[in-house]
Amino acid sequence: MKHLKGINQKAARIEAYVQYEAAQARATELDVVALETPKPPHEEDGPHFPLGCSLVFFPGWEADQQGGTAGLCQPVERDLFDCHLSCFWPAHVPDQLNHSPDWTGNCASAQKDWRKLDLIFP
Amino acid sequence: MNPPVATASQPLALREFHAFEAHGARFLYMVPSAGIFRMDGPSVAILDALQLGPRGAESLIEELSSDYPLEQIVETIEELTEIRAIGDVNAPKQQVPNDLPPEGFPLTTMVLNVTNKCNLACTYCYEYGEDKIVDTKYGDAPKFMSEQTAEESVEFLLAESRGQEVAHLTFFGGETLLNFPVLQQTVAYARRRAAEEGKRIEFSLTTNATLLRPEIIEWLADNQIGVTISIDGPKEVQDGLRVFHNGKGTYDVVQPKIKELLRVHRTRPIGARVTLTQKNMDVLEIFRHLTEDMGFWEVGLAPVTTQDQRDYAITPEGKDSMLSQFEVLAQEWLQCALRDEHHGFSNVKDTLEEIHKGVSKAYGCGAGLGLMGVATDGDVALCHRFAGSPEHKIGSVTEGIDRDVQNKFLEDHHIASKTDCHTCWARPICSGGCYHEAHVQYGESSHANLHYCTWVRSWTHTCLEIYGALAEKNPKFLERFDA
Repeated sequence: MKHLKGINQKAARIEAYVQYEAAQARATELDVVALETPKPPHEEDGPHFPLGCSLVFFPGWEADQQGGTAGLCQPVERDLFDCHLSCFWPAHVPDQLNHSPDWTGNCASAQKDWRKLDLIFP
Repeated sequence: MNPPVATASQPLALREFHAFEAHGARFLYMVPSAGIFRMDGPSVAILDALQLGPRGAESLIEELSSDYPLEQIVETIEELTEIRAIGDVNAPKQQVPNDLPPEGFPLTTMVLNVTNKCNLACTYCYEYGEDKIVDTKYGDAPKFMSEQTAEESVEFLLAESRGQEVAHLTFFGGETLLNFPVLQQTVAYARRRAAEEGKRIEFSLTTNATLLRPEIIEWLADNQIGVTISIDGPKEVQDGLRVFHNGKGTYDVVQPKIKELLRVHRTRPIGARVTLTQKNMDVLEIFRHLTEDMGFWEVGLAPVTTQDQRDYAITPEGKDSMLSQFEVLAQEWLQCALRDEHHGFSNVKDTLEEIHKGVSKAYGCGAGLGLMGVATDGDVALCHRFAGSPEHKIGSVTEGIDRDVQNKFLEDHHIASKTDCHTCWARPICSGGCYHEAHVQYGESSHANLHYCTWVRSWTHTCLEIYGALAEKNPKFLERFDA
């Protein structure tokens, strides 16, 4: 704080909390929210329904028994590939056979590096 | 939860705080968070402007833009909003909910009433005087706590202190030293058992000093027992109130014993505890005598707890006189603190500690929660002043605490239930005050101590000013209050 100086221990806690609140506000505006907890504030009261083309839940694929993604029969990231193989969701992934064989070149671990999967414009 | 942030269309208004000054700086004591903030030029200007009434942000900016850059005004409005000093004029006042403390709240201090007997007959005593709660003279309770009950109490403390590494055991009475054998046995037992449980117990006791003898003084020093001596001042004061059963004064008996105690016992602080009444009001003389003439390191003074009709009850004018003398001592305390010197007026030190932490109390006291009193028969009460009173029993050392009774007590005594307190700025540090005081004055322990509101606000304001002065001129001194 620039104009108010906290001088007792409670004030220090208030200042820390104010900074935390500000960071939270910035975080929920800008960042991609993963399917796993902690939930974004606007979804505090219920399960996270990913907005998308399908509203059909197949347990084991999109969400495990607890509503999370930790216990899926395969990881969410892997699921992405299956979209176009079995055409379960009409989600488009780059053509890795001919045009974009290096699409996952920077993605050694899908769980950690999924942000490095980029959009491809034909 | 986000603060109610004012938008361009919503006027801003002052929210709750208590302003004070020290050495030219202005501070805010936030209510009810108890955070203390030092203000700068723009923040003072904004609060002064809003003092005249709610206004929109643009209006404030317009008025102040000749004195401060626009960016600073906007930043300051945001910061003042974040700490809840200002906010939307329509924002509801946030009420503290009557929530119970988290489950498993540890007991940190247990006061053992080792005896109901006393060898003195001090006129104003809350235990034996006209305002007593428990009839210890003719009642059924044992006159002395047995060794077995004391050991069971130690087990109770070890269990109820849960994860706390350090617990506190205070011996009390009656006259505590009348049961010296049990004190010796209990301290030895408690030390051993605490070590077995990976904990440490710190001991203290209160005594009228008439029964101090070399053997006891040596035991106190060897066992590092903190000692509080109940004493009211110089001879003419002491002998007027603190008398033997035959009416004789006690000063000549206790003075050499205290001198010897102070000479020998150097392992823990030794404090004097003074009860002020309408008959002994010369605070300054009492303080000087006890610190300079007798050599006490610290003196704590408290007005007597009593109903109004007693002849030693303090009149409103009497209270004013006491408080103004307290404030003289407080200024002395400040001058010493600015020089990093010790001053024995512990009333200031205790209040400053709470101000530094920024306590915002849900209850007037930790009694019945973090502190409990045990009667001679092992019944557990809210505190030592209620020990032995069936109405205020919350369990026993053998059976534990009755959680239903405890929770009901906590709910009834929560600040949320004290509507009289809800608009008072001092409520974070006062929260209605002592339950025993309320019981004696109003017949109901959950009543707010309205007869002390003026005193508490005045005293807290003085201590806030002292705190601000130290924050400005000797902030290092305040580090001793860091938890």
